[in-house]
Amino acid sequence: MKSVKTTLTSMVAVATLGLSVQAVAGPTLDAVVKKGFVQCGISDGLPGFSYADDKGQFRGIDVDVCRGVAAALFGDATKVRFSPLTAKERFTALQSGEVDMLSRNTTWTSSRDSGMGLNFAGVNYYDGQGFLVSTKLGVKSAKELDGAAVCIQAGTTTELNLTDYFRANGMKYTPITYDKSDETVKALEAGRCDVLTSDQSQLYAQRIKLANPNDYVVLPEVISKEPLGPVVRQGDDEWFNIVRWTLFAMVNAEELGVTSANVEDMAKNSQNPDVRRMLGAEGEYGKDLRLPKDWAVQIVKQVGNYGEMFERNVGKNSELKIERGLNALWNQGGLQYAPPIR
Amino acid sequence: MQTTARVQPARSSLLRDPKFRGLVFQILAVFTVVGIGWYLFQNTQSNLAQRGITSGFGFLNNTAGFGILQSLIDYTETDTYGRVFVIGLLNTLLVSGLGIFFATLIGFVIGIARLSPNWLLSRLATVYIEIFRNIPPLLQIFFWYFAVLRAMPAPRASYEFFDAIYLNIRGLYLPSPIPADGFNVFAIALLAACVAIVLVARWARKRREATGQLFPTPAVAIGLLVALPGLAALVAGNPVTWSVPELRGFNFVGGLVVIPELVALTLALTLYTAAFIAENVRSGIQAVSHGQTEAARSLGLRPRHILRLVIIPQALRVIIPPLTSQYLNLAKNSSLAAAIGYPDLVSLFAGTVLNQTGQAIETIAITMSVYLAISLSISLLMNWYNKRIALVER
Repeated sequence: MKSVKTTLTSMVAVATLGLSVQAVAGPTLDAVVKKGFVQCGISDGLPGFSYADDKGQFRGIDVDVCRGVAAALFGDATKVRFSPLTAKERFTALQSGEVDMLSRNTTWTSSRDSGMGLNFAGVNYYDGQGFLVSTKLGVKSAKELDGAAVCIQAGTTTELNLTDYFRANGMKYTPITYDKSDETVKALEAGRCDVLTSDQSQLYAQRIKLANPNDYVVLPEVISKEPLGPVVRQGDDEWFNIVRWTLFAMVNAEELGVTSANVEDMAKNSQNPDVRRMLGAEGEYGKDLRLPKDWAVQIVKQVGNYGEMFERNVGKNSELKIERGLNALWNQGGLQYAPPIR
Repeated sequence: MQTTARVQPARSSLLRDPKFRGLVFQILAVFTVVGIGWYLFQNTQSNLAQRGITSGFGFLNNTAGFGILQSLIDYTETDTYGRVFVIGLLNTLLVSGLGIFFATLIGFVIGIARLSPNWLLSRLATVYIEIFRNIPPLLQIFFWYFAVLRAMPAPRASYEFFDAIYLNIRGLYLPSPIPADGFNVFAIALLAACVAIVLVARWARKRREATGQLFPTPAVAIGLLVALPGLAALVAGNPVTWSVPELRGFNFVGGLVVIPELVALTLALTLYTAAFIAENVRSGIQAVSHGQTEAARSLGLRPRHILRLVIIPQALRVIIPPLTSQYLNLAKNSSLAAAIGYPDLVSLFAGTVLNQTGQAIETIAITMSVYLAISLSISLLMNWYNKRIALVER
């Protein structure tokens, strides 16, 4: 009866929202195991976070979180199917069960966590909102933007922060909103707006998409806190735990010096009790999560630890060249901190 | 006695009574539909509660907190989602209204041109119709927005007309009137002129029907429109002062701005729908038997009088019903606004508000009912007009 009820609700949601639904009969984990892959909602094109490379493979730190979950669950990071979603589509897609998880540079806020039936599983990138302007304008600070036309992506926290910032500083602006971040970039380039505002990481990513990246600068002001992380549906703790601890395993692995290169060796030979517990040599910590014993080994082997993931996608080994900054480990001056596995 | 005994069994079997049977099945059908509806509603409610998703319409009173590009009424970021809804609705009505007005105008002109004896004119009309009605409206919107209006210059290099009108990539900046001292008298004079025109037109029509004498109504109307308000302005002083846009900082300040999103959407919807209306007009005119034209000609009427007094009134009866569906299409197609960021109901309310509140079912339900209401209103209005011009059998 319960499953009939749930299916019916999804049907109503589908009828109402015009979305197609992958069956969600019962807890997410069972459904995912049964269909054999994780359906993951990602961004519709954001270098460093989620984008299709020249071979058509999705890459980025948001994509890697999904791949990590698949590696932990199936021992195979390729068992993921991606649904590129716009900012406006993302929550309905997750709520209605179209995707199993959302890993789409989504800001953790109280209203999203409590009012929308969602749970944020952690933070894979600490971000803040900034401004991208043409050097031709000669603007050095966001405080000089009174009267500017501002391009924004619709339905984001960015839209709200922008309003707050201009109000607090007694300035006026004209909002130009588009559904897709690509459209905001095109509009900035065409001159429809003077300035583009978004999370700083996105601004760096969008800047390299411009025809002449050097004609544009990111202003120094950071006007908000934007903790970005993976999201799951509320009320499915089992699935929530899996996503959350996948992320924690990556951070712990970096802290313990476990990398994709040495993980198999460490799993066999390490004498460090923390490493032994994480990699399944001691205890049954995977079992509690309803995951295989070698879940963390698979994550690190196939996706890498947090540091590897960061540098490969957005850090020094990528086009974006973003500093670790807030995203360094806690013992290196950053905010990335994971509870211990024991 | 025997006859009644024979009739009774037939009467007692209610199942065989078609009236009763019909009633039973209708009641059953109503109960089933209401029951299913109720069940779905209850289910959605309990499931939303179970998943911890807020429901209900309380969010309409919450502060919106985001800016809107174009609003016809005053709006600040501290206003509520309810007011955002009204702004979205007004923006939708604005673009639909403009679209319907211009599409009708262009549609009628092209439709008549298509039947013109002038070879070039009729071919041009045909080419227009075949091009614009066969390209999807979304692509036409993209064409006007990205290909045409994106090619406009930056604010500092605007096209300038009479030192008061500026055209650039941010829109068309026009001077806007601000009411001054003489405004009230001017407005009253304007109103008086309009009333006078209506009265004169009525009187002229009555006289024509009674005596056949023509009266130059249009000329008199223009005269009244110029003379009365002009006199008022002379007496009471300048009715309006103008706020002229000027470049200050990043953008033009002051005056009135027509945003490119609105222009692109109106152009695309107008030209697309006008092509269909033109075909309706052509078919309507062709439906009037040629004998009518010949009869009018033999009475000595001029071609334009034949068209205006004989053909069009009869053709309208054929034109109005399909015209109604074109109007409905236009109003519904206006929801494509979301593609270019025009803040209409769908983009603003079913988009931004939905995403900021996460209350998909409520916002979508409201939006759908609003479109239904708009469409039904257009239908009602057009049906009323259709009835009025329908053939009155004498």
